Amino acid sequence: MRGNDEVQHVLKYFENNVRYDNRGLTDYRDISYDLDVVKTAEGSASVKFGQTQVIAGVKLSIDEPYPDTPNKGNLMVEVSLSPLASENYLPGPPDMDAVEFSRVVDRGLREAPALDFEKLCIEEGEAVWNVSIDIVVINDDGNLIDVAGFAAMLALLNARFPKVVDGKVDYHELTDKKLPIKHLVIPTTIFKIDKYFFIDPISEEFELSEARLTLTRRDDGKICAIQKGGNFPLKKEDIVQMLAISKEKFQYLLKILKEVN
Amino acid sequence: MSFDKRIDGRGFLDLRPMDARVGVIEKADGSAYFKMGDTVAYAAVYGPRELVPRFKQNPKKGILRCNYNMLPFSGVGERIRPGGNRRSKEISMVTEKALLPVVLLDHFPNSVVDVFIELPQTDAGSRCAGITAAALALADAGIPMKDLVSAVAVGKVDDKLVVDLRYEEEAFEGEVSDIPFAFIHNTGEVSLLQMDGIVDDENLIKLVDLARNAALKVYEVQKEALLEKFKKAGDSNERK
Repeated sequence: MRGNDEVQHVLKYFENNVRYDNRGLTDYRDISYDLDVVKTAEGSASVKFGQTQVIAGVKLSIDEPYPDTPNKGNLMVEVSLSPLASENYLPGPPDMDAVEFSRVVDRGLREAPALDFEKLCIEEGEAVWNVSIDIVVINDDGNLIDVAGFAAMLALLNARFPKVVDGKVDYHELTDKKLPIKHLVIPTTIFKIDKYFFIDPISEEFELSEARLTLTRRDDGKICAIQKGGNFPLKKEDIVQMLAISKEKFQYLLKILKEVN
Repeated sequence: MSFDKRIDGRGFLDLRPMDARVGVIEKADGSAYFKMGDTVAYAAVYGPRELVPRFKQNPKKGILRCNYNMLPFSGVGERIRPGGNRRSKEISMVTEKALLPVVLLDHFPNSVVDVFIELPQTDAGSRCAGITAAALALADAGIPMKDLVSAVAVGKVDDKLVVDLRYEEEAFEGEVSDIPFAFIHNTGEVSLLQMDGIVDDENLIKLVDLARNAALKVYEVQKEALLEKFKKAGDSNERK
């Protein structure tokens, strides 16, 4: 039996399908976003799920390709947990959560793939576009993987190539040319406490959650990344239920992204 | 090109040949060696011992600390720079989470149980081999455990559901998914689940069952290795 009073308290709410903020268990908070919020980035988005806010910025540069992918552009994704976002974060090298969140968001975008990497090749073996997405958490009120992943996709949709003069990037001028988007990619994380499944936790719920499963999907509905988190294991039936919730919630988020296009 | 035969002639649901031994590192409190085809993992357990820095100590229970490391010469391509990277950090963390549900850490307040996993040679499936070896090493160290953990990767290569992928299969041109699983043996619960690649819901659910069946085979090899050790221990007692 769970000795933790806080868990017992949250379970009393969950029994009645209510959350601390009056939502149902599988309701999102209000989602809002702004594009082009950073003039110095080639693409950017600010995203809020309730009080959780992140800013994603895309920077483009010309670089050599990796030796094993001479005709493909490069992708770099980094989620930073800024010390201004929560009392839990301090300046310094990325902590474990930041590394995990970065890699989960990266995996979805890379595996889908979100970008047509071959179209990011300028000259095979010599020069390719380097797409760097930095997602900075401004206020952490839970559910960072989903918010960061959503913001990353928005920033990619918003990005424009800078002008290139004699093989060098001129960052002062953006062209009208967008990035070669291949798939829209969105992570959906389903959380579990006791026998209850829920989504989009506020930080108190995030900290109490016993297990979580991130299912990242692309626009055809297929799953392109999975990550199980939390200290408790999952039964097969749990996974089946979480898949069903994710499928439905993904459509909700996809609709928002499709309106951007 | 379609995928209709495995490079090593195995059936789609067959595992590579396995080998497991415990007590392979004399200095460690517990240790194990686990080989799955060409993927080789060593795991050593040190502890329970006092956790430093002391501010990290928990007076209610001990902590489990895992470190996964691919040795510089263990990758298919170039030398891997030592010292860890984002990938190894993440795998260390998921390894910890995979083992945590079975380790009774409340027996060891203020302490740490350290698990070090080193891979001298890999051909995919390295995090699973590491977890399987680590579970054995914990048992070998006599750390109280509720159960054993067995890990194996499954996936979809082209249109085939496949168990225990090799590196060349992961790199197949076309749709591939690589899904590492860890199972708690007696409850059948999943304590590790990740994926690279593309899969649909229906196949993922099928793959949970295939992974569970494959993990049972890994478990048999683990059990044999532990029995082997205690058989030997029994012999030496008789000689006294």
